[in-house]
Amino acid sequence: MADEMRREPTFFAKHFGPVGGFGITFKQQFKKVITEEYPEQPRPTQPRFHGRHQLNRHPDGLEKWVGCELCAWACPADAILVEGAGNDDTPLEEGGTGRFSPGERYGRIYQINYLRCILCGLCIEACPTRALTMTNFYELADDTRGKLIYTKEQLLAPLEEGMVRPPHPMVAGMKERDYYQGKVSGATEDQRTYAESIQGHTDTDEPEVEAS
Amino acid sequence: MGIEEKLPAGFALTTVETIAGLARKTSVWPVTFGLACCAIEMMATGTADYDFDRFGMIRFSATPRQADLMIVAGRVSQKMAPVLRQVYDQMPNPKWVIAMGVCASSGGMFNNYAIVQGVDHVVPVDVYLPGCPPRPEMLLNACIEIHKQVRAAPLGVDRVAAAHAAEEAALSAPSLTALPPTHDHLAHLAAPSGKNLLA
Repeated sequence: MADEMRREPTFFAKHFGPVGGFGITFKQQFKKVITEEYPEQPRPTQPRFHGRHQLNRHPDGLEKWVGCELCAWACPADAILVEGAGNDDTPLEEGGTGRFSPGERYGRIYQINYLRCILCGLCIEACPTRALTMTNFYELADDTRGKLIYTKEQLLAPLEEGMVRPPHPMVAGMKERDYYQGKVSGATEDQRTYAESIQGHTDTDEPEVEAS
Repeated sequence: MGIEEKLPAGFALTTVETIAGLARKTSVWPVTFGLACCAIEMMATGTADYDFDRFGMIRFSATPRQADLMIVAGRVSQKMAPVLRQVYDQMPNPKWVIAMGVCASSGGMFNNYAIVQGVDHVVPVDVYLPGCPPRPEMLLNACIEIHKQVRAAPLGVDRVAAAHAAEEAALSAPSLTALPPTHDHLAHLAAPSGKNLLA
């Protein structure tokens, strides 16, 4: 009975029906490609994407972080190693170790193990001085475990215009508080001559160790 | 594993190496080993948005015998470790491994008795990929790193020589205690008295 009710297929349905599905494939050719051409044209991440960390500097080149270890305490994966040391204003000839940050202490050793770090950002929230922030850089894959432990040199922000590589004293007349109130806008001539006298150069031109 | 492995060293082998490297690099078939949240990102990498297929990684096979690359995506529990090793053993040579995500690479934040602290305890890992989970671009980046290794992989007698060289280097490497410390635990001893660097 059902056979009697079925209508004879039309000419088009009979001959083009079996290949009708290819129409979808054919139409697809004229659609916009949504694939991200990753290595050549990567799409930008969201501006607040949690990528690799960066250790920041004050405008005169002194390091921002104070060796408080709060990031290491906040880290849920125990990926951060910090070891602070005291800043030392005694001249280098008299055995001083130099000043790396305004205030009392600085981070002498800083390591982040990216094979433990889950890029959650709790260290950033814990940081009282905004010394540690995150960049949008994410190409971290490597072939040994050792290479993925990033040290202070790799994480440290490059020197920008007007910055001088520490160790050098604070800007004359400024206290630690003034640094955080934004009263320091760049390295002074005193700092520059000091850095030149001990390092033999001012550093804005010198290539920084850039982790990539 | 074919006739190319039987060639004697020299001009012919290096030529075949180049060609075989290119061919292998452009058709790396991954075996799925999704164990946790990283697997979601791995699947996302296969979608049209990121598209593994552009690199010839056509087929996420659930059949290790037809795969070249194992992407260990997720934390490996102690109980899963033998399974992981078996799947790896079932893959034909040459084979590569990506440890995707911090859990597979080192145990990540799961530093406990249930999780293998890095799949390199179980299988040799070629590329470690941090991130929790890594975004699809990071996985693509790791795949490109793998492609570089596949491209340069030696064949036949060259591979045997490379393996011997690697073993020699590993045996003659200084022990970890002989390496300079990554940081100085004993700095406070050398510091002037009355001043404790670790305080």
